[in-house]
Amino acid sequence: MTITRRTAIAAGLSLPLAARGGAAQAQAPSRSETLLLVQEYGPNSLDMQGIGSSQPVNGVALNCYDRLLRFKPVPIPGGGGNTIAMGELEGELAESWQLASDGMSCTFKLRDATFHSGRKVTAKDVKWSLDRAVSIGGFATTQMNAGSLEKPEQFVVIDDKTLRIDFIRKDKMTLPNLAVTIPFVFDSELAIKNGGDDPWAKDYLKNNIAGSGAYKVESWKPGVETIYVRNDAWTCGKLPSLRRIIARDIASPSTRRALIERGDADISYGLPPKDFKDLADAGKVNVVGVPIPNGVWGCYLNTQVGPFKDARLRQAVAWVMPYEKMLQASLFGRGVDMSGGPETPKVAWPQPFPYKTDVAKAKALVDAAGGGFSTTLLFDAGNATVAEPMSVLIKEALATIGINVEISKVPGANFRGEIQKKTNPMVLNRFAGWLDYPDYYLFWTMHGNNSIFNIAAYQNPALDKLVDEARFTADKATYDKSVVEFIKLVNVEVPMVPIAQPTHDVAMQKSIGGYQFQPCREPDFRYLTKG
Amino acid sequence: MLKMIGQRLMTTIPSIIGVIIVTFLLTRVLPGDTAAYFAGPAASPQAIAEIRGKLGLDRPLPVQFASYVTALAKGDLGQSLTTGQPVTRDIAARLPASAELTLAGLLLAMAVALPLGVLAAVKQGSWIDHLCRIVATAGVSLPVFFTGLLLVYVFYFLLGWSPAPLGRLDVFASEPPGVTGFLLIDMLLARDLEGFRAAFSQLILPAVTLAIFSLAPITRMTRASMLAVLGADFVRTARASGLTNSKVIGTYAFRNAMLPVVTTLGMVFSFLLGANVLVEKVFAWPGIGSYAVEALIASDYAPIQGFVLTMAVMYVALNLMIDVLYGVIDPRVRLEG
Repeated sequence: MTITRRTAIAAGLSLPLAARGGAAQAQAPSRSETLLLVQEYGPNSLDMQGIGSSQPVNGVALNCYDRLLRFKPVPIPGGGGNTIAMGELEGELAESWQLASDGMSCTFKLRDATFHSGRKVTAKDVKWSLDRAVSIGGFATTQMNAGSLEKPEQFVVIDDKTLRIDFIRKDKMTLPNLAVTIPFVFDSELAIKNGGDDPWAKDYLKNNIAGSGAYKVESWKPGVETIYVRNDAWTCGKLPSLRRIIARDIASPSTRRALIERGDADISYGLPPKDFKDLADAGKVNVVGVPIPNGVWGCYLNTQVGPFKDARLRQAVAWVMPYEKMLQASLFGRGVDMSGGPETPKVAWPQPFPYKTDVAKAKALVDAAGGGFSTTLLFDAGNATVAEPMSVLIKEALATIGINVEISKVPGANFRGEIQKKTNPMVLNRFAGWLDYPDYYLFWTMHGNNSIFNIAAYQNPALDKLVDEARFTADKATYDKSVVEFIKLVNVEVPMVPIAQPTHDVAMQKSIGGYQFQPCREPDFRYLTKG
Repeated sequence: MLKMIGQRLMTTIPSIIGVIIVTFLLTRVLPGDTAAYFAGPAASPQAIAEIRGKLGLDRPLPVQFASYVTALAKGDLGQSLTTGQPVTRDIAARLPASAELTLAGLLLAMAVALPLGVLAAVKQGSWIDHLCRIVATAGVSLPVFFTGLLLVYVFYFLLGWSPAPLGRLDVFASEPPGVTGFLLIDMLLARDLEGFRAAFSQLILPAVTLAIFSLAPITRMTRASMLAVLGADFVRTARASGLTNSKVIGTYAFRNAMLPVVTTLGMVFSFLLGANVLVEKVFAWPGIGSYAVEALIASDYAPIQGFVLTMAVMYVALNLMIDVLYGVIDPRVRLEG
């Protein structure tokens, strides 16, 4: 038989009938047990300890893995769900924990928990995971170090169910740092078995979950969607009520807003502040906003190069900022004003600086420093919805005191490179630390260790001393005194002008309950309810 | 014919080599530090240097190029940092989504534009001609993302006729086993009519968006080309020989008018692949366009190179197809020249 065009077409047409795809649907959870989340972009890995992991990977770590400890939920003032209290911890994998009498170690008793693979969680797995976090490099190791967790020798297996962590120094952030999303526990046997030559199984864990957490990843299509299913054998907390979570990545914010307004999506993350304000005003869906702990939108002024070496000019900028206008025009009121605070600071961060808009004072300072000049203001194009109107207002305000500002907007990839150079005179940026302590924020943004977030390149041994003192003291009075002192110091020195503490907003249907805010700012599915 | 295709293929090799070199150089010349971006928050200079070493970005350009070409020869387009997956796998997963959308848009545009263009030419100066002009003008003056958002607003948000713009398939629908990657075809192969309907209704709005955008060139080209042919001697001769109007227009004029239209179609198709980028963003379509844009924002070199290369190969293949089609439509067209 010769194959003609006609027979070929006929064969093609009959093919659908011949190939019978009898894929029987597994018993699917009903819509009321399934949550649809829409977000801007999803995880680029399943391993938060891995290098280059994006922000949403925190959500994977949070829901699919367990840590020794977790933050205790406390109600959000004004309702809407729960936030966390940084100082209050509860056991996740740890059934109990005991600080040594000398305060230099802590012993953890493990709960009877099983991995998704069916293996029991042992102290050996915990040690392997903590060892990995402090040794793997990149963000994970930096974050561990922030709580004085630096060396594998610090983690000691006592027996199958007991682990001791030895402290290098007394650090109040050690235990809270065990509750953030980095020190989660892997099924070490599964990881090693699949890791090949790599002792930390980076490739395997990037694409596979090997944990004991409340959810498993059913399917992961990077850039499209991530589907989670509940782990019915989870013992480290109350069994979550949602059986299945579908997290769709939708780049367009207007589409995300339309979906939540129409009621097709249950939860929407990461909308521009204006949309959250409109949604909150309309009242059809719930908008929960938590002021981001340890988070501030600030204008960093370079203290090492350029005109702002002169502290008087930095103060002048702080006196001329149109704080209220910025809060309304760029954050649409979704934030806390950082101006007009008391002369004597409280033991808190962030808190309003004593500056408020006073053009005469600012002008006098500029004149005293030798008059006006031209400079540039840099911000990350990825933050443009907020930073763009903000920078225009700054430009306008500074013009009134003779400072001519040119705005420079750079894409995210270049922005990191730019702030790393530490040569830009003015930079607008938002920084938020996971651990909610004033000394922690200043350690990253103003300390002499000159991290990438010390955008002002601020160097002051007096400040370093106060910050270090506050970080490692066990005495409350000393702590309070150091905090007040260093905030007083930055009030005068102003390497950064705080503008507003932004709120972390989430829009959800009225039928959704149990919202839980986490410092990593990713959704915690374990507490959510529907209907 | 095969010989002709072979010869034609040979001429494409230099262009592909050119594309490989240019994309490699461009991605290196563009500002932006991949290593700094991927070192993430709280990165120390050491961490950034470590990543730069891991990505091979610290080596001299010729060495980077050599390793790129070597990998390319093995079909390895490198690793995407934004999705964390091999670029080849990403592109293979996303290309059918884009192709399905683009083809649907193009077919829809053709279904409207060809008859409209022909009618406008035949009844020159009539209301159909004016309509044709209005449609074409409106189509080109609306940016695709605007049309997209407008359609979503009207048909999804206000009227609720269209399903949620959540990509290729409703969240609760299950995907068919992937055979061709074209959801509509795969659904038919799996004999899942319910799923076919779901996938089809997801496709309507984005396809219409693309179709509106591409109506103008096709209509105008069809009209102009038909007018030229209708004025030609052979049409007059055919009419004079007493052939019916429909026979003259349908068989003689239309067929001859098709040559420039096919060229236009080829161009429109490649424009559409580009216009896709914004439509994919609005409709959360998991295609190759949105993939490339996200990679570009993140200074993620490998996917950008992969995208440009794929596009170049597709463009070359498309042109080859058009050349072959020329010969089919008009046997006088020979490709030796």
